[in-house]
Amino acid sequence: MIEAKEISFSYLNKVEALKGVSITIKDGEFVAIMGQNGAGKSTLVKHFNGLLKPSKGKVLVDGVETTKSSVAALARNVGFVFQNPDHQLFSETVEEEIAFALKNFGFTPEVIEQRVTWALNLLSLTQYRKTSPFLLSGGERKRVALASVLAWDPKTLVLDEPTIGQDHEQKEILRQFIMQMQTQKKTVVTVTHDVEFVAECNPRVVLMKDGKIVADGEGKEILTDPTLLELSSIVLPQIAQVFNKLAPLGFPKDIIDIYEAKQIILKAKEKTR
Amino acid sequence: MAIIETKNLTYTYPGATKPSIVDVSIKVEKGEFVLITGPSGCGKTTLCRTFNGLVPHFYQGELKGEISVAGIDTLKHHTYEMAKHVGLVFQNPENQLFALSIEKDVAFGLENVGVPREEMRRKVDWALNQTGIYDIRERSPHEISGGQQQRVAIASVLAMEPEVIVLDEPTSFLDPLSAEKIFEVIYKLNQEQGITVILVEHRLDLTAKYTNHLIVMDRGIVRLEGDPRQILSNEETRLIGVGIPKATLLYQMLKKEGLNLGDKTPLSSEELAGQLLEALGHP
Repeated sequence: MIEAKEISFSYLNKVEALKGVSITIKDGEFVAIMGQNGAGKSTLVKHFNGLLKPSKGKVLVDGVETTKSSVAALARNVGFVFQNPDHQLFSETVEEEIAFALKNFGFTPEVIEQRVTWALNLLSLTQYRKTSPFLLSGGERKRVALASVLAWDPKTLVLDEPTIGQDHEQKEILRQFIMQMQTQKKTVVTVTHDVEFVAECNPRVVLMKDGKIVADGEGKEILTDPTLLELSSIVLPQIAQVFNKLAPLGFPKDIIDIYEAKQIILKAKEKTR
Repeated sequence: MAIIETKNLTYTYPGATKPSIVDVSIKVEKGEFVLITGPSGCGKTTLCRTFNGLVPHFYQGELKGEISVAGIDTLKHHTYEMAKHVGLVFQNPENQLFALSIEKDVAFGLENVGVPREEMRRKVDWALNQTGIYDIRERSPHEISGGQQQRVAIASVLAMEPEVIVLDEPTSFLDPLSAEKIFEVIYKLNQEQGITVILVEHRLDLTAKYTNHLIVMDRGIVRLEGDPRQILSNEETRLIGVGIPKATLLYQMLKKEGLNLGDKTPLSSEELAGQLLEALGHP
């Protein structure tokens, strides 16, 4: 469980990036943190693995305050995948990149081999096993960064903008993987601007603005509230946009799922006959 | 005459074992809004790099076939000569900005080609106005938001008054509202100034409504090209792994269930909502 209690944080002499934020994320939850550029989303999640320590308030990971534990110890439990993969890649081959943390955590060579192969396969990177990460495309480097964290199987996964530069199929794989992590009671926290991705996953959604949390609730409820979204510089998912315009027909407005949308429209069609 | 035309264009990066684009023959007419999409690694970015000669002049490697952009054979002319005709905007604006003020960043390209002061002033102001950043022109490009930074990057290429603007996933790092505003700026330039736009995007939910010429690439090959409404309702497009806009997808699902919404495949929520209101609104 991750608990942030009234945390504030300022980068060197600058404006406060977080202004008294409180949030509790339970084991097995899937949370999407959304909001304008500069709202404090990345700053908040960097507190979850101790990369940043709050200047006021406290963050507890499984009951232990992050100020009382090292980033290395926290990393074993909370895996962090950065927005820009170039901030975390440094090895000569993709394989070494993925094996690096596993070696540090003291896994045996057999386990390392097996985990590396598994992670490469999961993220469609097997063909690049011996390639330098720096020869890959932006989207592929992002997957290498994700693979290197998934390989050590952390209990909580923090993903900062995981869908940037990913195509439709890769996003679908990511979505299925997150769903799978859910069934294993793992926690996934993602910072994202990708409303369509969030609409498909339907997680708990936390909206941030100017260093504060302005809304926290079910995806379906938050992603269909135009006023709230505009305040956070987010647009409605496309299905919600359609239903927002269908209000004259007496349709519900809180629809983000395409199959639910289809059912409602077909039922309405039956009635017109 | 086409503003961009390629014939059997095939290109291999240095040291690569297979080509990144294969036998690409496309024709883009002046004033079109072209959207290039396709799965990761399909060659869309590489193709864009041929339009201003970055491929092969900067990246080296082997380019076969023919290419002409704004009437110029890019193989025979340097990238800096192409800059007057083709402007490139990248994913991450931070990589493109460096000057002390927004205004200076926007003027940089013009200074390099030796444009007289008076004319430079006029072009810079025009570009700043077109992108809606005139009022913040004296600020540092590093203290503004990501959305504003991307406007600066667009203004910088716009100041050169290019015939073609190529944008490679220009809004990936932006929040959805800022992204929408950037696409509106680009669309306005296309509609009002007649600038040819080449946009590379995965997210068709946000962009399909702007295009009149869609190119779908897969493993280096142009698989489908033409009218976006037709291509997005083609089953092959979905099988290639292109993310069909939800409005288009819902239209197709409803059509399969026998709900006739007319022949026009919608590309946006506005279009689909209009069709649904028409079909269901008069009991």
